[in-house]
Amino acid sequence: MPDTKSNAKTVVPEIHMPAVSLRRRVTDHVMTGLSVLTVALVLLPLFAIFAYLVYKGIGSINLAFLTQTPKPVGEPGGGMANAIVGSMVILAIASVLGVPFGIGAGIFLSEYGRNRYGDIVRFVSDVLNGVPSIVIGIVAYGLVVMRQKHFSALAGGVALAIMMIPTIARTTEQMLLLVPQAIREAAYGLGVSRWRTTISITLRTATSGVITGVMLAFARVAGETAPLLFTAFGNQYWNWKTDQPTAALSLQIFTYAISPFDEWHKQAWAGALVLIVLIVSAVAAVRIAVRHGTLAGA
Amino acid sequence: MSNQALPRPRFNAPEPEPGVKAALKIEARTTPLLQGKVSEIPDVVFSWAMRLCGLAVVGLLGLIVYQLVVGSQLSWHAFGWKFFWQSDWNPVEDVYGALPFIYGTILSSLLSLVIAVPLSIGVAVFITEMCPIRLRGILSFTTELLAAIPSVVYGLWAIFVMVPILREYVQPFLGKTLGWTGFFTGPPYGIGMLAAGVILAIMVIPIISSITREVLTVVPQHQREAVLALGATRWEMIRMGVLRNARAGIVGAIILGLGRALGETMAVTMVIGNRPEIAKSLFAPGYTMASVLANEFTEATGDLYLSALIEIGLALFFVTIVVNALARLMVWSVTRGQPARSVA
Repeated sequence: MPDTKSNAKTVVPEIHMPAVSLRRRVTDHVMTGLSVLTVALVLLPLFAIFAYLVYKGIGSINLAFLTQTPKPVGEPGGGMANAIVGSMVILAIASVLGVPFGIGAGIFLSEYGRNRYGDIVRFVSDVLNGVPSIVIGIVAYGLVVMRQKHFSALAGGVALAIMMIPTIARTTEQMLLLVPQAIREAAYGLGVSRWRTTISITLRTATSGVITGVMLAFARVAGETAPLLFTAFGNQYWNWKTDQPTAALSLQIFTYAISPFDEWHKQAWAGALVLIVLIVSAVAAVRIAVRHGTLAGA
Repeated sequence: MSNQALPRPRFNAPEPEPGVKAALKIEARTTPLLQGKVSEIPDVVFSWAMRLCGLAVVGLLGLIVYQLVVGSQLSWHAFGWKFFWQSDWNPVEDVYGALPFIYGTILSSLLSLVIAVPLSIGVAVFITEMCPIRLRGILSFTTELLAAIPSVVYGLWAIFVMVPILREYVQPFLGKTLGWTGFFTGPPYGIGMLAAGVILAIMVIPIISSITREVLTVVPQHQREAVLALGATRWEMIRMGVLRNARAGIVGAIILGLGRALGETMAVTMVIGNRPEIAKSLFAPGYTMASVLANEFTEATGDLYLSALIEIGLALFFVTIVVNALARLMVWSVTRGQPARSVA
C-alpha cells in the first residue's frame, strides 16, 4: 500500500544512488510494516466499539425504550424517555448560557485581541479546555447546587456551559481569522461602523465555520457524564422543572452499566446507541441547515 | 454606481445589507457618503462587551480556583501537606489521605501512555508520510471519530467486552510470561489497573495522534527532500528529517494526552475496581482521584469528608493545569503560535 506515491513526491532515480545496504532496506520495510500495524491496532477497537454498540443496541431498542420511564429492577420493559428529554433540556440550558459567551470571547480574540491581553485569554482558554470535567462538576456544585440546596438541571447546564465556552471561543477565533481583512476594510470604506462590520460582515461570512465550532463543543459535552453526577444527579421519573434533579442519558447509561442486572445492561447499550445517534444527528442536522442556507442570516 | 450593462462581479461574501445598498445609491450624488454623524457609542459598547466575554474566560479560571480553594479549606487546615502522603481513607473515622488515589491516577495514566505513545506516533507517521493521499482523509477522520465517543460509552464497552478479554486471555498470558517481574501477579479479575490503563490508552490515542499529525505536517517539505537527496531510505528520512524536527511538538502532544488521561473519569471508574489500595501488581484493583470524586462526592455526609474530596479535586486541577500549560507551550513552539486544535 505505501509506495512511491507517498507525499515525498521527489522520486530520486535509483541509478544515481549508492546501493542501499540490506540492513537499511530491511529496517525500512520493518518500520513501514510496524507503522501499518499500529494503524490496524488503533482501528480495531474503534470498529469493535461501533460494531458492538450497534449489535447490542439495536437488539434492545424498542418503542417502550423511547417512550417510557425506567421500571424498577425485575420488571421487564421500561425505557429512558425521561433521560432523553432531560439530556436535551440540560444541553439547551448549556447552549443558551455558553454559546453567546463563547462566540463573544472568540470575537474578542480575533477582532480586539491581537495583543498581549488576547494572548492571555487564548492561553487561559486552551488551559481551561484541559481541566477535567469532574472538576468542573465540583465548581458547578459549589456555584449552583450549594445555593439552591438541591441538584438541578440548571446546575448541570452551568457545568456543561463552562466546558463549552473555551472550545467555542477558540474555534470562533480561528474561523473569524479566516475572513479576509479586505472584506472588513471594504465595509469600513463604506462607512460602516466597526461593530456593525463585525456582526454583519465578519461574523456572517464565517457563520458556517462558527456553527461547526459550536457543534463540536456541543458534541463534546453532549456525552459528558462526570460533571452531571453531582449537578443534574439523575431522576427515575419525569421532571419538567429546571430546579429539580433531572435525568440525563449519559448518567442513566452509567448507572445501568455498573448495575448487576442483565435487563439494565441491555438498556445501557440501547441508551449508548441512542446517545451517539442523537449527537451525530444533531451535528449533521446543523451542518445540512448551514449548507442549505437556512441559518445563513444568523 | 451600478451599471446595468456590466455583469455584477460575484463574490462568495454575503450580499451587503440593505442599508449598505442604500448608501451605495447615494454615491451618485456629490453629497458625502454618510449623512449625519455616526455615533461612536455603539462601537465602544460593543468592543467592551466583547472584551467582557474575553475577560469572562479568564474569570472562569479564577472562579474555578476560588471554588476549589474555598471548598477545600477545612480539609487543608485539618491535614495540611500530610493529606497527600497519607494512605488512610476512612470516612467513618474522618481520616483522609489521598495517596492511594494519587498513586492510582499516576500509574493508570503512565500505563496508558506506555501503550498509546508508540501506537499514536505510528499512526501519525503512517498518515503523514506513507499513506496514499486518498486514504489520508478517511484515516484521520476515523481516528478522530474515536475522540467523539463519549467516555461513558467507552466504559460500557470496556466492562462488557474488553474486561472479559483481559480476564480470559491477556492476563493469564501476562501472568505466565511476565509474572516474575511482580507487576503481573495475583488473580486475573479483568477489572483493575491494567484494564484502566488499556481503556485510557484507547481514549488518548486520538488526541496524541492527531496533534502529532499536525506537528509532523508543519515540518517543512524541503527537510524531507534534503534527507532523501542524501540517499536515505524512507524510514531514515522519517527518523532524521521528520521526527527529529518535530520532537518538541510530539512531546507536547504526549503531555496533552497525559493531561486527558489524568482527568478522565467515567471509563476509568467503571473498570478500575475502585479500591483505595496501593498494589504493585497491575492486576490489582485501584482507585484514581477522578473516580473517587465520581463515586463518593454525592455520598459525602460530613463537611470534612466533602472538603477532603474537593481538595482532591483541587490537586487534580493543579496537576492537569500544569501539565496542559507545559504541553501547550511545547506544541506552540513547533507550530509557531498556531495552537494545535483541541480534541474533545
